[in-house]
Amino acid sequence: MSTAAEPLRNSQAPPGPLAEFWHYFRENKGAVAGLAVVLLLIFLAAFADVVAPHSPFEQYRDAFLQPPVWQEGGSFEFVLGTDATGRDMLSRIIHGSRLSLLIGCIAVTLSLSVGISLGLLAAFFRTAADALIMRLMDVILAVPSLLLALVIVAILGPGLVNAMIAVAVVYVPHYVRLARASAMTELSKDYVTASRVSGAGLFRLMLITVLPNCMPPLIVQATLGFSSAVLDAAALGFLGVGAQPPTPEWGAMLADAREFILRAWWVVTFPGLAILITVLAFNLMGDGLRDALDPKLKRS
Amino acid sequence: MLRFFLSRLGLLIPTFLGVTVIAFSFIRLVPGDPIELLIGERGIDPERHAYLLREMGLDRPWYVQYFDFLGNVLQGDLGRSIVTKQPVFLEFLELFPATLELSIFALTFAVLIGLPIGILAGVKRGTVFDHTSMTLSLTGFSMPIFWWALLLIIFFSGVLKWTPVSGRIDVLFYVEPVTGLMLIDTLLSDEEGAFRSAVSHLILPTVALGTIPMAVIARQTRSAMLEVLNEDYVRTARAKGLPPARVIGLHALRNALIPVVTVIGLQIGVLLAGAILTETIFAWPGIGKWLVDSISRRDYPSVQGGLLLIALLVMTVNLVVDLLYGLINPRIRHAR
Repeated sequence: MSTAAEPLRNSQAPPGPLAEFWHYFRENKGAVAGLAVVLLLIFLAAFADVVAPHSPFEQYRDAFLQPPVWQEGGSFEFVLGTDATGRDMLSRIIHGSRLSLLIGCIAVTLSLSVGISLGLLAAFFRTAADALIMRLMDVILAVPSLLLALVIVAILGPGLVNAMIAVAVVYVPHYVRLARASAMTELSKDYVTASRVSGAGLFRLMLITVLPNCMPPLIVQATLGFSSAVLDAAALGFLGVGAQPPTPEWGAMLADAREFILRAWWVVTFPGLAILITVLAFNLMGDGLRDALDPKLKRS
Repeated sequence: MLRFFLSRLGLLIPTFLGVTVIAFSFIRLVPGDPIELLIGERGIDPERHAYLLREMGLDRPWYVQYFDFLGNVLQGDLGRSIVTKQPVFLEFLELFPATLELSIFALTFAVLIGLPIGILAGVKRGTVFDHTSMTLSLTGFSMPIFWWALLLIIFFSGVLKWTPVSGRIDVLFYVEPVTGLMLIDTLLSDEEGAFRSAVSHLILPTVALGTIPMAVIARQTRSAMLEVLNEDYVRTARAKGLPPARVIGLHALRNALIPVVTVIGLQIGVLLAGAILTETIFAWPGIGKWLVDSISRRDYPSVQGGLLLIALLVMTVNLVVDLLYGLINPRIRHAR
């Protein structure tokens, strides 16, 4: 018994799932750029009070509609210029990143959790519950998203929180459909049957056995949904039913700036650019996530 | 095919009923009851309030009210606007051509530019053209169109002074509405220069509204092309020695277009949602602006009717797209 068989040793251990994911994600340069921008946004949002040169609400009475620094009449005190009431544009935009990320997080968390619950219910109880849930989602999808959000805000009253709720409701059907479809695929697999036979309860089956295997498409959808949420919340702000002035929300800032578009380009340009960059970054990241997480495309 | 059609139609009926429930509940969920909405800020004594409630049938149980509402809807009666006192359905019909005209142009713009870009990017995969056009289309896809519209106004109306800022036509012209489509009406009228004015008013809203669909179409076309170009029949066609233009134009494109047609159809909902923003910015007198105005004026019967009609429109278009898809792709039609 002295010479026990040496365990076979691979020269290279197989990469863990995270390392493998990073390997594929890294190949997509756009996705990495998107991730970098998102990290920067998170940093700005977290340290807005320190990073921003001024308060977003302070009105400088001697600097109404001052142009950005590189234009004549601009100064380094207000790098991106000031708005019609003399507030620093840069500081307002930096503080606005806080709101946009918050809106995205809350709206996506809400619609993701409701969507997963309803989707799993529909997949596990393929009877009346399934039909009812899916028809309800069809109804929501029949109304254009922004219109439905507007109607919900009309019921709840204007404001940032209600706008988040409205945006969350509008995007629930996407998660329900995805969660249901992938749960149904998983349910037909042997490991689920094995788990069921060995006596796993309903909640264990749903949340511990099936759900983790449904996550990849949901994560991708959540990232892309984040950008839609930011976009729609800004649109609601722009239409005057989302965040209310003087909140430095990018959409609401654009609505404020509308009357000055032909006189002061910077009050219109920068908030919109901030929205575009944020949305683009999340879309780039979502594309990269899909490539890295989707096993169908993975090795092609 | 008939069976396919009927099964799709069957799915539509519960959805339509669901939308009527939402529209019906909407007006009962907004703050204030319908009488208070009608009276406005003035206030009303309780006796008269109760009388009006009875008069309008609002004291009956909700399900009786709902079936009443449903019956009216099926007869085309969507109530009257609180502000103009006009039937909501007529207001919608009057404003709809403006939105239709804008949407047709935006979709045409999107297809005319998006489709060739997508095809080229797919064929020239990995080239500078591919990367540039796909970066641009992802940017277009991420565009907040309300900001994009303002930028277009700043540049083309403010700096270059090429196009007007808002509206459908110069106030100098009076054009008798015949079809409601301004371009046709101006051609029918004998006003000098009216057609030119209408075209110049249409350009910026078309670009603003068409940008997102264009980006979606370009991306979808590219990925459909890539998929098809890998197929065996394309390789066979190439191996037979067919000229590349014929391989791409005939063999690849025809099959690649199947998913693209669906995506184009699905843009109708995107266009209607986008019209809400575009019309508000360009003061375009269509249903998008009408809905936003109705919401801010608390003209809830109009919102209710508009919600219902737009949902019906989206469902109809989706049905047509579904059928078209079944028509061009027999595999779907016969799938069980």
